[in-house]
Amino acid sequence: MYRILQTVLVALILLTVIPTADVRAQEPLRDLVNALGTAKLSNMDEHIAALAKSGDPKIVPILEALGDGNLYARKADGEVFLTREEGANLTLTDPLSGESVGEAPKSALQKIKVNNSVRRAVRAALGGLTLLSPDRNQRFKAAQSIMQSSHADALPTIENALAAEKDAAIRALLEQARATAILTSDRPGEEKRQAVQTLKQNGGREALSILSAALGTADETLKPEIEAALASIEQSQALWAAGQNVWYGLSLGSVLLLAAIGLAITFGVMGIINMAHGEMVMLGAYTTFLVQEIVRTSFPGLFDWSLAIALPLAFLVTGAVGLAIERGVIRFLYGRPLETLLATWGISLILQQAVRSIFGPTNREVGNPSWMSGAFDLGGLTITWNRLWIILFALTVFAGLLFLLKKTPMGLQMRAVTQNRRMASSMGIRTPVVDALTFALGSGIAGMAGVALSQIDNVSPNLGQGYIIDSFMVVVFGGVGNLWGTLVGAFSLGILNKFLEPYAGAVLGKILVLVLIILFIQKRPRGLFALKGRAVEA
Amino acid sequence: MTIRARVCGAFLAAALSTTAFNGAFAAEDTIKVGILHSLSGTMAISETTLKDAMLMLIDEQNKKGGLLGKKLEAVVVDPASDWPLFAEKARELISVDKVSAVFGCWTSVSRKSVLPVFEELNSILFYPVQYEGEESQRNVFYTGAAPNQQAIPAVDYLMENEEVERWVLAGTDYVYPRTTNKILEAYLVSKGVKPEDIMINYTPFGHSDWQTIVSDIKKFGSAGKKTAVVSTINGDANVPFYKELANQGIKAEDIPVVAFSVGEEELAGLDTGPLVGHLAAWNYFQSVDNPANAEFIKTWKAYTKNDKRVTNDPMEAHYIGFNMWLKAVEKAGTTDTDAVLDAMVGISVPNLSGGYSTMMPNHHITKPVLIGEIQSDGQFETVWETPGLVVGDEWSDYLPDSKDLISDWRAPMSCGNFNIATGKCGGKGS
Repeated sequence: MYRILQTVLVALILLTVIPTADVRAQEPLRDLVNALGTAKLSNMDEHIAALAKSGDPKIVPILEALGDGNLYARKADGEVFLTREEGANLTLTDPLSGESVGEAPKSALQKIKVNNSVRRAVRAALGGLTLLSPDRNQRFKAAQSIMQSSHADALPTIENALAAEKDAAIRALLEQARATAILTSDRPGEEKRQAVQTLKQNGGREALSILSAALGTADETLKPEIEAALASIEQSQALWAAGQNVWYGLSLGSVLLLAAIGLAITFGVMGIINMAHGEMVMLGAYTTFLVQEIVRTSFPGLFDWSLAIALPLAFLVTGAVGLAIERGVIRFLYGRPLETLLATWGISLILQQAVRSIFGPTNREVGNPSWMSGAFDLGGLTITWNRLWIILFALTVFAGLLFLLKKTPMGLQMRAVTQNRRMASSMGIRTPVVDALTFALGSGIAGMAGVALSQIDNVSPNLGQGYIIDSFMVVVFGGVGNLWGTLVGAFSLGILNKFLEPYAGAVLGKILVLVLIILFIQKRPRGLFALKGRAVEA
Repeated sequence: MTIRARVCGAFLAAALSTTAFNGAFAAEDTIKVGILHSLSGTMAISETTLKDAMLMLIDEQNKKGGLLGKKLEAVVVDPASDWPLFAEKARELISVDKVSAVFGCWTSVSRKSVLPVFEELNSILFYPVQYEGEESQRNVFYTGAAPNQQAIPAVDYLMENEEVERWVLAGTDYVYPRTTNKILEAYLVSKGVKPEDIMINYTPFGHSDWQTIVSDIKKFGSAGKKTAVVSTINGDANVPFYKELANQGIKAEDIPVVAFSVGEEELAGLDTGPLVGHLAAWNYFQSVDNPANAEFIKTWKAYTKNDKRVTNDPMEAHYIGFNMWLKAVEKAGTTDTDAVLDAMVGISVPNLSGGYSTMMPNHHITKPVLIGEIQSDGQFETVWETPGLVVGDEWSDYLPDSKDLISDWRAPMSCGNFNIATGKCGGKGS
């Protein structure tokens, strides 16, 4: 009995003593954390530096929350908490113990304000704190951030980390950070010289930026060396810049191709001047918006798939609208291009205003799925994922369409009807059905283009207007009635535009492209790839 | 285009004749207020909201008993983002509908197109949008920001708090960005910034391919000096611009972008997660925490029956302008244009950022200037504000053409471009 009592007592004492001891040890840290709540924006970086100095790994989530704007102070007693939004309330977590302390309404808490300079301080502090973390990804991120904000004071930390680091990629980053730090430190000239060489070998824009900054403060002996390094980096950058321009041109070309490819069917193959083509693109984009809205509210887990779901739906929706337009209006106007132009232009205005009335005049948010966000580096090129996917998508659509036209019975009928309507009709092809389906196909493809364009442009009622001129330009330039012409036309216009832009500016560049096209059309009225033979006269 | 103009003309003629008949029978028991905002075309995206805001304000005032014992009646017309049509519609509002004041216009070119009409027919226009300055008209009250109430404080903020030394001035190619950038360039040079540290770039309306320009900005920013972008990019082009910034990984900590035409409404169409920390300069943010603003937001959400609708700076400008007009009419005891014009100067009403705005003799108002950072919920958080109110300066002190000009519409001066060097009214400066 006595034994049991004794153990219970000891246990009780242990239970009460140990936590208090723990809390006491944390007391200065807690004071530091709570001080964030009352700090002004102007001296916040001192508070962050003080916290970072403690070196305690518990600081990491606190600083992360501060940077993300999730750190709040309770108005009643000034206690600082990590928070997460939960409806109208915030769930509070104790910053040091990591325990949940319930919920509180937003009005009871004051958000700790951050601005860019605070975020920079947080980034630098986090870099120092997580540089020795066992998690490779965290170390990698830390090395990146320390490289961006490297300073002479951080030199010992970087060298410590370098000594312990085994991962090659992280080592490279750290070497670069060390070189940067050395350049701003008072280390001897020989080490600085080595640092310049390290940066020169790594190259890239960061090195350029660091070296040009160092040039101002460097002493006379080092200056020629830095200048030589700068010249060599700039030279390689110029080469990469040309490559980057080609990439931008391809990417602009793919957007032009997507916008024009539907028109290549309705205008190129069928000969209908379809001014409502842009609005089909817009409807496709709005379909994407609706799909994402439904996914967001009902199946948030499927968000990354929302574009794949939107694609067939957009095709069906705009295809159906196209079918209705063809059956309702255009079929009465075959052979009367001027009336077709006016009628389709009217339809485009009706569609725009209808969308404006239903969805409102403001932009709608279409999110990028994670696999379409961000960029990666390929040598000296920066390639953004969304552009890469759009290029691939445009080429896939093109290949699919080509296959449909050249290898399927439906494609055969389409070509037959557009080349010689009366002959096709007497061979038993139901030309009105083929007309309607062809127009629906062109519209449906425009809708699919809308899904892709919603990723890089506004989703607003005016979306289509921005593309209609460009689409006609591409189809006419490439040669009416020729799909390959549209492909080559789109990419060559894209690349031409992107090579003119750096020299002439965006405004003048566009004008120059238009002037060049006018001159080209004077010389070759039927475009790049003119159709030959009897089809031309039809 | 010509066909369109002709069709519009025909419709307008029809509209004119019908409203003329209505006008003849309308009794004199309401005070009419004209609303001249585009409800279709490219500018509908921004202007439709202002029309709704005005309707709400008029509605609220009628609930409080109207003005001078009469009910207010809104007359809404749609100038369809077509600049010459603005002038025709303004004429229709003033001479056919006999409105007492007009609230409207967004782009500078639409304002310029209606100016002669307001002068000729002697009526009043309240213009609610930030603009390039270099103008002061007897019949116009400018309730948006002049360059010194938005652009210059924003640049000061970047210089002091972010220690920016290299500047990219990026804008859409039309009068507002060009004039603003001219003023900013002169201002930066006067602050000792070297011309090679300033890059100016213009893009067409609705520009959607920002890859080259964003990578140029990145390149310009890697010269070892802290770089910032001052953006006067307008309207639709902003969304692809910010998307490209986010995708190419330009973070606000490295190269911040401060925008003058991006408000809550524009951000509504964007995923703002990657944009946190980029800045905007305005005289009002929806996030400003005070009772008047909370009330305004509540009324707005209730009026539009949409809990997600946001408020923005030009809406606040209309709020201020409308309340000033009400007060001036009450003071004058009539809606007669000349009496109201005289009564307006010196009128002071509460604004929504927690202070009072006063109409100055140059027909511009006093406002606080706020710098806000974009948050992940699409709102702005104020990180800096001017200690007091800033008086709108119509003629910029940084342009050689206008530095000697002042405006004072009170008698006996009654001049919008008085040259203090020559002591004469009229003409451009030295």
